[in-house]
Amino acid sequence: MSKRTVLSSDDIRRAITRIAHEILEQNRGTEDLLLLGIPTRGIQIATRIAEVIKEHSGSEVSVGSIDVTMYRDDLAEQPTRTVGVTNIPKTGVGGKTVVLVDDVLFSGRTIRAALDALNDHGRPSAVRLAVLVDRGHRQLPIRADYVGKNLPTALSERISVRLSEVDGIDEVVIED
Amino acid sequence: MKNLLSAADLSKSQIVSLLDLAHEMSDVNDREIKKLPILRGKTVVNLFFEDSTRTRISFELAAKRLSADVINFAAKGSSVSKGESLKDTAQTLEAMGADAIVLRHASSGSAYRLAHSGWVDSVVINAGDGSHEHPTQALLDAMTIRESLIENPIGSDLSGKRVLIVGDISHSRVARSNLILLQELGATVATCGPATLVPRSLEPAGGIFYSLDRAISEFEPDVVLMLRIQNERMEASFFPTEREYSRIWGMNVDRLGRLKPEAIVLHPGPMNRGLEIDASSADSERSRILNQVSNGVSIRMAVLFQLLSGEKESA
Repeated sequence: MSKRTVLSSDDIRRAITRIAHEILEQNRGTEDLLLLGIPTRGIQIATRIAEVIKEHSGSEVSVGSIDVTMYRDDLAEQPTRTVGVTNIPKTGVGGKTVVLVDDVLFSGRTIRAALDALNDHGRPSAVRLAVLVDRGHRQLPIRADYVGKNLPTALSERISVRLSEVDGIDEVVIED
Repeated sequence: MKNLLSAADLSKSQIVSLLDLAHEMSDVNDREIKKLPILRGKTVVNLFFEDSTRTRISFELAAKRLSADVINFAAKGSSVSKGESLKDTAQTLEAMGADAIVLRHASSGSAYRLAHSGWVDSVVINAGDGSHEHPTQALLDAMTIRESLIENPIGSDLSGKRVLIVGDISHSRVARSNLILLQELGATVATCGPATLVPRSLEPAGGIFYSLDRAISEFEPDVVLMLRIQNERMEASFFPTEREYSRIWGMNVDRLGRLKPEAIVLHPGPMNRGLEIDASSADSERSRILNQVSNGVSIRMAVLFQLLSGEKESA
C-alpha cells in the first residue's frame, strides 16, 4: 500500500485561511453567519475557520455541528453507525447564512443528508458548502462554494484528512 | 444484538453507548421538527397483553419520532379474547409486515419464547414480561441517574453510585432488570422491603434491609428507587395493612430529609400515592419521576434505532 502526503500542515493552514477570507468576502462580514461542521473532522475545520475570521474581522462567528447519520441513504446497507454530536447554537438556523463544513467532498451523499438534517432544524436564508478537499466522483448534483484543494483521485484511492485536534498531526494523505 | 429481551443481554459498553445515543436523541425534543427519518418505512407493533399507559405511549412516541409506522394492539377487544394464542397473534402481525414487535405480557419468559421459538423473524423487544424483566425501564432509570448525578454524563458509567431499591422486589420486573443493569454499570445496589417480598436468593452487593430507616442511615444511598405495590400480582397477603407498609417502607418527607443532600428519588410509575410514596415526596425537587418519563422516550428511540437500522446480521 503506497501512501503520499498531498497537503502538509502549512498547506492546510493556508487553505483554511483562504476559505475564511472567501466566506467573509462573499457574506460581506460576519452578520447572520453560522458555521456548521459535519462530524467528526468538519467540526475542527469549522472552528479553525471561525478563529481566522475572528483574527481578521474582530467579530465572533457562531460555530456548531450537525450530525447526518440518521439522514443517510445507506443506513440499511451498512452496519449500524455511531451517531455524532449535533450542536446547533441557541439562536437557531432560521434566517441565517449557514456554511456547512466538511473535510472531504466525495459522492455528495453526506451533504445531501446534511441538507435534509438542516431542514428539520429550521429555514436558513442561504446554505453554502466549504470543504478542505474536493476529490471528485460526485453521484449527486452538489458542488462546494469554498474548496481548500481540488484533488483529482482514482476511485480506488483513499483520502485521509488528519487534524492535530483529533489525530495529533495536520496532514492530508492519499493511500491506495 | 437482534432482540432486547433481558438487561443481561447488554454488556457494559453496549449500555453506555445506548445511554449516549439516547442523550443525543433527547435533543430532538428541542428541535423545530421533532422527527428523524431513520425508520421510515418500518413498522413497529406494540403487542400489549397487559394494561399499560406510559410504556406503550412511550414506545409509540419513540417509534413515531423515528418516522416508523406504529400499530397498537391491546389484547382487550381483540381476537385474543376469542382465545387466539400468542403464537398465532404474533404470526398474524408479522404476516402483515411488522419489523419489530414490542411485547408486554403477564407471563414471565414470553418475550424469550416469542424471539427464540422460530415463530417470527421480526425484532422482539421485551416491554415487561410478568415478574421477570423490563429492560428499557432499567435503561431509562440508569439514564436518569447518570444525568442527575454525573456532571459530564456522556461516556460515563455509574461506578461508585449507591442505589437502594425499595418495595416488592419479588414480583418486580423493574427491580430485576435494574439489579442486573445497574450492577453491570458499576453501581452498588441494595434492596429493602418486607421480608415476605425480598428474595434472599438475590444477593445484591449493597445488602438486604428490612427497614427503610435503617437502609437510609446505614447504606446512605445516592438514589432511592421506590417500587409500586403490584396488587395484581399478589395472590396472598404479604404485609398486614397498607398503613403499616406505608409507615415502615413508604417514602415520606421525614425520610426524604434524612437522605444525602444530592440524593434523588425514582419511581417507575404508576404511583400509589400515599402507599409507597407520599404526595409531597413525589412532587419534591428530589423526585426525578417526570425526568424518567421523558428519558423513557429517548431510551426507546435509541433501542429502536439500534435494533432496526443497519444491515440485518446474518444468522
